Amino acid sequence: MFEATSINHRNDQVQLRYKIVFGTMLVILIIPVVIIMFTLISKGSHAMSWSFLFEDPKNGMTAGGIFPAIFGTIWLVVVSLLASVPLGVAAAIYLSEYAPDNLLTRLINLATINLAGVPSIVHALFGVGAFVVFFKFGTSILAASLTLAIMTLPVVIVSSWESLQSVPRAFREACWNMGATRWQTIWHVVLPNAFTGILTGVILQVSRAAGETAPIMFTGAAMFLPFLPNSVFDQTMALALHLFVVATQVPDVPESLPFGVALVLVGIVLIMNTVAIWIRMHLRGKKKW
Amino acid sequence: MATASDARDKNWFIDKFFQSLMFVCGISAIVFVVGIFLFVFKEGLGFIVNDMNVAEFFFSPKWRPTSLHHPTYGILAMVAGTAAVTILAMAICLPFSIGAAIFIAEFATGKTREILKILIEFLAAIPSVVWGFIALSIMNPFIITAFDVPMGLGVLNSALILALMAAPIVTSIAEDAFKAVPDTYREAAEALGATRWQTIRKVVLPAAKNGLLSAGLLGVGRGFGETMAILMASGHSINIPTSVFDSFRALTATIAAELGETAVGSPHYQSLFAIGIFLFFITFLINMTADFIVRGVKKG
Repeated sequence: MFEATSINHRNDQVQLRYKIVFGTMLVILIIPVVIIMFTLISKGSHAMSWSFLFEDPKNGMTAGGIFPAIFGTIWLVVVSLLASVPLGVAAAIYLSEYAPDNLLTRLINLATINLAGVPSIVHALFGVGAFVVFFKFGTSILAASLTLAIMTLPVVIVSSWESLQSVPRAFREACWNMGATRWQTIWHVVLPNAFTGILTGVILQVSRAAGETAPIMFTGAAMFLPFLPNSVFDQTMALALHLFVVATQVPDVPESLPFGVALVLVGIVLIMNTVAIWIRMHLRGKKKW
Repeated sequence: MATASDARDKNWFIDKFFQSLMFVCGISAIVFVVGIFLFVFKEGLGFIVNDMNVAEFFFSPKWRPTSLHHPTYGILAMVAGTAAVTILAMAICLPFSIGAAIFIAEFATGKTREILKILIEFLAAIPSVVWGFIALSIMNPFIITAFDVPMGLGVLNSALILALMAAPIVTSIAEDAFKAVPDTYREAAEALGATRWQTIRKVVLPAAKNGLLSAGLLGVGRGFGETMAILMASGHSINIPTSVFDSFRALTATIAAELGETAVGSPHYQSLFAIGIFLFFITFLINMTADFIVRGVKKG
């Protein structure tokens, strides 16, 4: 029979002490964020109402709602998804299904890492130089969305690549043995099995794109517009930029207004993330391999 | 018989077509990185050729692009401010993030670990403009009352915000680094009678060293590249900060604040693109180094 000696007790104590130390460090990271969230909710909820969500701003943006900004953010995100999802998923298919282990593949991976690391304001400069000036889209939803699309491309590539990789190789081999071509295998077997994983990545990308401010500031988002956009060549208001504007540029804004905008923005982002996490957990439970 | 081979030809062509299409999309990341460099460089080229004095650009703290008689373009003060904030932010963020990562990777189990990871993921999702707003509306009054200073915007505020922003990223990369250490290492240590803390300190930490280093580097990259939050938290006045309560201005924030006010093609407009090229190279170097450090481990 094993009996704990004094050394065992001491070791247990040491272990407990360090567990507490590191746990405290984690808690210290989380506490400020809890306080911040609590403040956002308590101060922002005063502004929250149906009319806040569905009306136009009034009196030089010091009153009224934020509907044009929400509407514009939806425009920007949808157009950027139309560009980045097909491109990003295709790039992931190449990396996962075709790419040989060579210098080019290594370069693609390096480029993806770099694309994710380029500061958002440099993406904005690129958007201005390429889409607004060179391709003559002007400051428009199209220019802003394409800038967002390139910025969030690494998110789609990496998450799609991961879900494609999680499809077992045996699935592909079985399909090839039936005489299917590489593309038939990808289209009928690999993609359907990776679909939910790719979807998770896309939702996370929506959350990322909705919150970006710098890349859209000079490419298509306007501080205030008295009308809603009709086409991709119009400018638009956007939620993230609206928060910046009411927090810094507009005088005499009642305190609850920017808190309300921030709460809506954080709400959208966190709901998107919750959905993505929920799908991922659901998926993990269902997988049979 | 003819139909069968026709179908096979058709499938063969479809297969080849999609293979080429996927390849073209596959190299898009390279195209975009090169494209970003080329377009930003193209817009900034006029300034670099005509107006830029290299010594002034890097070593003068005076950024006065709108001066009528003698515009000067010096980024020293902004580089110093950005560097100071990034260093301070990392000094705050790294110990806590690595501690948190140790807890998640080595101590937490099952459900607790899952929940903590989701929480960290949520933190990483908060948009930078919201952090900036928090700096203005919550941190600013807090610093003013806590330290009895006239203004709460500046190095300390920015560093705290940046530390909170970088923490989830650094934590999750550090956790990956711990996870990459094979369990056999831990089992061997425990078989020799080591406690879990001894295992972490003598075995896991040394083995994860490079991963942690690259986590720190990516945090630094984030600090140099962060725009909206720093624009709102820094106070945005140009000077080399000498205390943590001093206001400063970041490279990124300068571009964000001034690009809208310049005429396309003017020297001022082009000088902002020159700053962009500088930022591009800095983050490029940091990311490459971080990647190289991690790759080096995997090979070794």
